[in-house]
Amino acid sequence: MTQQRVVVRPVADRPSVSRSPRPRLTMTRRQALWCYVFIAPAVLGLLLFSLGPMIASLGLSFTSYDMLTSPIWTGTENYGALFADPIFRKSLGVTLIYGVVSVPATLVIALVLAILLNAKLPGLKFFRSAYYLPSVISGVAVAMVWKWMFNGEYGLVNAALAKVGLQGPAWLTDEQWALRALIFMSLWGFGGTMLIYLAGLQGVPKELYEAARVDGASTFRQHLHVTVPMLSTVTLFNLVMGIINSLQVFAEPFVLTQGGPNNSTLLLSVYLYQNAFEYLKMGYASAIAWVAFAIILVLTLLVFRSTPMWVHTATEDDR
Amino acid sequence: MSRRRLPLGIWIRLVVLSVGCFAVLMPVVWMVLTSLKSAGQVFVTPPIWVFSPQWHNYAEVFELVPFQRYILNTATIVGLVVLGTLLSCSFSAYGFARLKAPGRNAIFMVLMATLMLPTTVTLVPTYIVFNHLGWLNTFKPLILPAYFGTAFFIFLFRQFFLGIPRELEEAARIDGAGYLRIWWAIFLPLSWPVIATVTVFTFIAAYNDFFGPVIYLSDESKYTIAVALSYFSGSPRIGPQIHLTMAATTIAALPSILVFLLAQRYFIRGIAVSGVNK
Repeated sequence: MTQQRVVVRPVADRPSVSRSPRPRLTMTRRQALWCYVFIAPAVLGLLLFSLGPMIASLGLSFTSYDMLTSPIWTGTENYGALFADPIFRKSLGVTLIYGVVSVPATLVIALVLAILLNAKLPGLKFFRSAYYLPSVISGVAVAMVWKWMFNGEYGLVNAALAKVGLQGPAWLTDEQWALRALIFMSLWGFGGTMLIYLAGLQGVPKELYEAARVDGASTFRQHLHVTVPMLSTVTLFNLVMGIINSLQVFAEPFVLTQGGPNNSTLLLSVYLYQNAFEYLKMGYASAIAWVAFAIILVLTLLVFRSTPMWVHTATEDDR
Repeated sequence: MSRRRLPLGIWIRLVVLSVGCFAVLMPVVWMVLTSLKSAGQVFVTPPIWVFSPQWHNYAEVFELVPFQRYILNTATIVGLVVLGTLLSCSFSAYGFARLKAPGRNAIFMVLMATLMLPTTVTLVPTYIVFNHLGWLNTFKPLILPAYFGTAFFIFLFRQFFLGIPRELEEAARIDGAGYLRIWWAIFLPLSWPVIATVTVFTFIAAYNDFFGPVIYLSDESKYTIAVALSYFSGSPRIGPQIHLTMAATTIAALPSILVFLLAQRYFIRGIAVSGVNK
């Protein structure tokens, strides 16, 4: 089947080793066939586990389906219901606050630490590993540790606050504080972002700092006017990935609070889980997934659209 | 490096970094300390820092819950996922890097675009299909997808393969080696740095995965460490015994920490590539 579709490539540009064109044609054809064999797992994976389910979930989002009876086509009913659903609107708001605070805060912490760690220092390897360490610990283990850290009566957070004379709240069981605790905990995972910044810092030409220093710029201003713009493509990458991740965070809120108290930490992925696997509302859950996906697409597009204003693309005269 | 010669700026950095480090590692220290306290010492305010460590807490965790079972389950899943990822990604990457065929580049672009696809979008239909196949409460839904490539790791292998000199495979082809042989006997042995990176990354991701196991595995004897741990604080057997919960959490966190410490450079390389090359 594939054989008939293979395009016969012009052989004129090939070095003219004296061979008849026939075996050469079969050579390219053979190579193409083998190429399809080699990329077959990836193509199948793409169809079976990415594109296929993606289209299927879009289709499902227009149905009512409980996995017991056949799906019923309901048109845009799920989407209408979603936006009338106060819990969904709350969940959307919670996710938005989580993302808007957690992502930029992570970027700032990661960048500052990357700058501090980008120098010849005694104990450098230790510091880099230590700062990255929390990021390899699983979401569940992280959530278990912080659940205990945030314990209102015996937790370390409130013990530390008591040391400076403050009475800490009950954090995870207090509607006012649970989301803040979750966001605070999320900052613990800045390690990956920090390492990406560190890698990016290796590519910033040293001469730029020299030039800034000659102009009398302080260290802070050097970083503000050299490091930050030079790393803007890295920031772009980290920002887009941060947005995608914050709409996917699941283990931490699920283990820490199960979305409570009073849905104050109900991130979209947790609400999706509840609908799909607790209430078996597969169509509704798919609609939630697609709204989240649409938000990611719009935000990513906005970020890319805004890049001319803040992303500095390397040109020849940077070198 | 002698102390005197360190400039003031470096000293300030060191102080700032040490304070930050103390804060960042505190939760880990607190976890380990709590895991070694006795039941009574856990609920002392303000927290005590000096006590005789109760190492038997760890043994107790293994007695109270079938932790060996969870370790075995996790090892099975993680092992097969790592194997599948290495095979399928390097295999496909060879095609993408070296063999020409119409449509190849377009497919590669689409594959890379799926890096942006949130897993929640594909979750529900995938679950429904696995349910229809009768695979719920088995490891198959967690293992099988690894044998069909992962966009990011295909990308890593392809980048590496592109840098392997063509002369090597041309010599092998003259000797009559087919593409399969070239992939297996020439490209794979040369690419151990990528193999190490992909292994470490896949290990951490599969070991830490929670969403997959929590929706697919319902039987307690099938639980992975992550799922079992998530049910600990509410479980009737461990319940509110924080010291035991923290011992279990320490055990659960240990493999990823060890793998990270042992294979740091591969880890850091992989992350560096992910951020810079895109």
